[in-house]
Order: sequence, then C-alpha cells, then structure tokens
Amino acid sequence: MLKRALRNPSLVVGGVLTLTIVLAAVFAPLLATHSVDQMNMRARFAMPSSAHWLGTDNFGRDLWTRIIFGARISLSIALISVSAAAAIGSVVGLVAGYFGGWVDLLLMRITDVFLGFPALILALAIVAVLGPGVLNVSIALIVVFWTEYARVVRSATLVLREQAYVSAARALGASHGRIIFREILPNTVGPIIVLTTLGLGTAILSESALSFLGFGVPPPQPTWGWTLAYGTRFIRGEPWLSIVAGMAIMLTVLAFNLLGDGLRDILDPRQLSRAGRGSRNSTTHGS
Amino acid sequence: MAGEHQNGTLVLEVKDLDVRIEGGGGSFLVVRDMAFAVARGETLAIVGESGCGKSMTALTLLRLHPPAATVERGFVCVDGQDVLALPRAALEDIRGEGIGMIFQEPLTALNPVMTIGDQIAEALRRHRDIGRRAAARRAIELLDLVRMPDPDHRARLYPHQLSGGMRQRAMIAIALSCEPAVLVADEPTTALDVTIQAQILGLIRDLQQRLGTALVLITHDLGVVAEMADTVIVMYAGRRVEVAHVNDLFDRPLHPYTRALMTAAPHLEAADGAKSMLMEIKGAVPPPWDMPQGCPFAPRCGLTLDRCRVEEPPLVKKRDGHLAACWEVPDAA
Repeated sequence: MLKRALRNPSLVVGGVLTLTIVLAAVFAPLLATHSVDQMNMRARFAMPSSAHWLGTDNFGRDLWTRIIFGARISLSIALISVSAAAAIGSVVGLVAGYFGGWVDLLLMRITDVFLGFPALILALAIVAVLGPGVLNVSIALIVVFWTEYARVVRSATLVLREQAYVSAARALGASHGRIIFREILPNTVGPIIVLTTLGLGTAILSESALSFLGFGVPPPQPTWGWTLAYGTRFIRGEPWLSIVAGMAIMLTVLAFNLLGDGLRDILDPRQLSRAGRGSRNSTTHGS
Repeated sequence: MAGEHQNGTLVLEVKDLDVRIEGGGGSFLVVRDMAFAVARGETLAIVGESGCGKSMTALTLLRLHPPAATVERGFVCVDGQDVLALPRAALEDIRGEGIGMIFQEPLTALNPVMTIGDQIAEALRRHRDIGRRAAARRAIELLDLVRMPDPDHRARLYPHQLSGGMRQRAMIAIALSCEPAVLVADEPTTALDVTIQAQILGLIRDLQQRLGTALVLITHDLGVVAEMADTVIVMYAGRRVEVAHVNDLFDRPLHPYTRALMTAAPHLEAADGAKSMLMEIKGAVPPPWDMPQGCPFAPRCGLTLDRCRVEEPPLVKKRDGHLAACWEVPDAA
C-alpha cells in the first residue's frame, strides 16, 4: 500500500503540500515571527524581507504570521463543513437510492429545495441570520454543500443496489443497514473522496468569498478572504497583500485536489494489478 | 413440517407454489403449481430452457424474488420454517444459515472492494457469535475446505485478482460458511470452462456429502444433471412437465420435451463411432403473455393430439415414481 502510494506523484505532491499547510496551521504560534495584531505604521506595505518574510499589510502587520494563523480558520471551516456535509449527504443519498419509492421521492425533493437556491446567496442568508463566526460560516457551508453528496451517492447507489453481490449478501441474511453500509457504501468511496477533496477547495474559496463580502469571520481575525478582499483596495500601488493571500488560497486548494486524485487512485482495490501484492503466482488460471 | 422421505429428514419442502409477475402491460404466472421436497444429503435438479421459471423458483426459495414478482399461492418450508410467512428478522436469520445460495456469475456476486477473506468472515460473523480474528481464521479454513490453493495468501486478495474457478470456490466457501441445511445453486458452473466445471461440481458434491447438505441445482445442462442429481424436475413454461429419479429419467424419458432436450444435447456415440444427429427443438418457450391454449409445448411437439391443443395435461403418475404431464403418454395402470 505504502509502495503504491509513493509511486503516485499527485498523491506525494498533494500529501506533502497538505501536510505542510496543516503543520503550519497547527504550529502557527511557534512559527510566527510577530504577534498577529502587532501594528507598525512605519513599516506599512513592506516588501518581503528578513524581518517580514512575506511583507506587511496596510497596518504594518506581519503577513507571514497572519497567513499561518489564517490557515487555522480556513482549514477548520473547510474540514468541519466538508466532513459534516459529506456524512449527511452520503447517508441521505444511500437511503434514498437504496429504498427508492416514496423515501427516494421525499428525500430528493428536499434536496431539490436546497439546490433551488444559488449556493452563495443561501450561505449569505444563513450567515446573515446566524451572525458571522467560524461555526456559523461552517453551518452555512454544510447547508450549501450536502446536496451534492446526496445526489452523487444516490445515483451510485441506484446502480449498486442491483448488483449481484447485493443479492448475494441478502442471501446470507444481511439486513438493510448491513447492505447499505458494508456492501454499497464502500463501493461509493471513490466519488465521495473526489467530491470531498474538491469540496475542501471550494469550502476555502467560499469562506474567502464570504469574508470578502463581509459575511465571513469578522476582523481582526486574520482570515485569508478578508486579507484578499482588503488588499484589493490597494491593488494599484501595493498588490502584494492580495497576491500573498491569493497564493495561500490557491496552494491549499491545489494541495487538496492533488491529494484527492491520488487517494482515489490508491484506495480503489479494483486498481490493484491482477498480480496483486506479494504476487506469489496469485493468478494461476484454472485453479 | 419436517417429514420422513425415502432416505432421511426433509429439510426443504415446496408446495403449490404460484409466482406472478406484474409488468409489461399485464400480469402473468411465471411459476405454476411448483412442488418438491428434498431430504438431507439429497440433490434435486431443476432443468429447463431459459425463461422456463427455474431461476425464479430458486430465488423464491430464499424469498429473494424481485419486487415485481409476488407469490400468489403455496408455501416454502426450510428446516421446518415457512420462509414466505416469516417476519423480516427471522427471514434474515434463516438466510445463510438455513438456506444458502451459489450464484451463476461469481465475479458479480462477490463484492469488488472487499477481500474474499473478509467476505467469508462477514458471513460468519452475521450468524455466529465469533470475534474478528476467529472469523478470519475460520475463513482461511473454509478456503482450504473448498481446495483453494494457498488459502492464507488468497484470503487477502480481491475478487478481480482471482481466476473464474477460484472465484466460484470462494463463492461456495461463503455460501457454506454457516453450514446451511439447504444449498441452492443457480447454474453454478455455466460461467466456467468445461475442465473447471467438473472440478467445481466434484467439489460441491463432495462438500454436500460431508456436510449432509440438501442441494437444489438449477441448470440447463443435462450432463450436469446426470452427474449430480438424485431427483430431476423438468420445467417448461413455468410448470413441471416431468418428475423422476435421475436413472428413470435418462433410461426412459416420458415427456416429448424431455426427449427433445436429450436429442438436443451433444454427446459422443460409443462403439461404432458414428455421431448421432444433433436435433434442435424448433421454436422457443412461449412467453407468459402469449401462452397457447392447451399444452404449452404443443406448438413445438411432434406428437400433438387434438386434445393437446385444447386441454392442458395434468402432471400424473405414469410409472412408479415417475410423473409426467402429457396426453400422449399412457397413465400408470
């Protein structure tokens, strides 16, 4: 397994990048060169230097410090919202697809209601009602994101429930729950992983967009979206601010996408060569 | 409902079974008046062409028939329990432990993302109160029992990494993991090479004798029937047309359809080396929505009497222990 993982370039690059970003977020207090809110009016819009690795913003606050602390906010919102959305959506999709009939009809009409709203508008409305903050932004993103999982998992389930091995499991006395979670769910992990990693990127972008619009995590919290948005005010003379925040967002989204691609490839046992692991003449034909 | 049979305890009894399918602009009986009984260690073969209702009969034994099909009449009794009337939980308990099934295409009947060892362990843990490790050990023993070469290693492989014959061995190990009293095998060797076929049939027979399992074998292959069966049911258009002990059936087939099937099966003629004529049966099984009046085989039969086109012949005793549904064959005295 590890060998195969190391031979997959997108997994290695995505994994290293993701790990670096996560570690930077976790150890932000140790890696910071300044304090997050320390202003320095004499060093506004400084270019990168040995004192300020990524330069400073309009108040002279150290950008490196603000980016790694911002990673904590962006990553926690992305992880909370995407994992909850994936869990909720997958269960809805599995149940709707497996049972069909009125259960399917009901669950999918509910999904359609959520899908009926433009995603960002819906998220904005929810944050407007709940108020800004990490948790509320996450809730808003869960509400927006779960429908995608429900629809994808449902359509996969519609195909999978007709498979002979589902009948075979039934013939062995498996209950509905066992069939759904042991037979069907493992066969849907491919699309779920792809959606999840793409979703992590989208969640970071959405959080940035909400912050950009002033509906995200409020300042003085050092969010990437706010830094990007605020930077646009000075973009003619001092584009540095937006570029650094934008790069942080782009690198993180890229890291998740690469990781997702790689994971999907190695987690699907059908991609195992017929020679298999250990490979002791494991495909002797005609047993 | 367990009763005494010629040579042991009845573990499977089917009586007056009618299965109806809704759909395609109407509703049709696809299985009519099916009945049989199988004792421990005994093998019943159900033979017929595609579309004669044999697979539907097999699925009904586990109440696995598709939602479009309903059992209109009759009962299926496995090990003393009425399968068609059981509540869902009890039904799930009896599946796998009272009655197991081997499917035709082992690749699609195995979960592609689980190792075969895990799939056997899963079946075991469903019915037996054993831990993860014990189940994994038992899975390897079972693979050894079905003569899987190098079972320790193979248990960790996924279905697509095995050959067709090994997949069917794994399937058999799963079906027999909880030692069901009845094993239903729906065309277990149809998807396999001829040489592997013989090995798998030999394995099934061997395990059946060792475990005392009652076997219901669904097939279209008379060679398999001759090899395996004690009792044979010949089905045509959803109905039994001939029932006999395997020796009687091959020595003296009574129903024109059975005889036609036998001449349609290729075989080598001994001694003089001359090849017998390979006869095809003209036409096809009439679809359930277009059943002719009278005997459903009449349009394809060479011996049609006037009566055949009007009245469907009942299944009656023609000789000792030999039933057939045909006007042309004289009844037993």
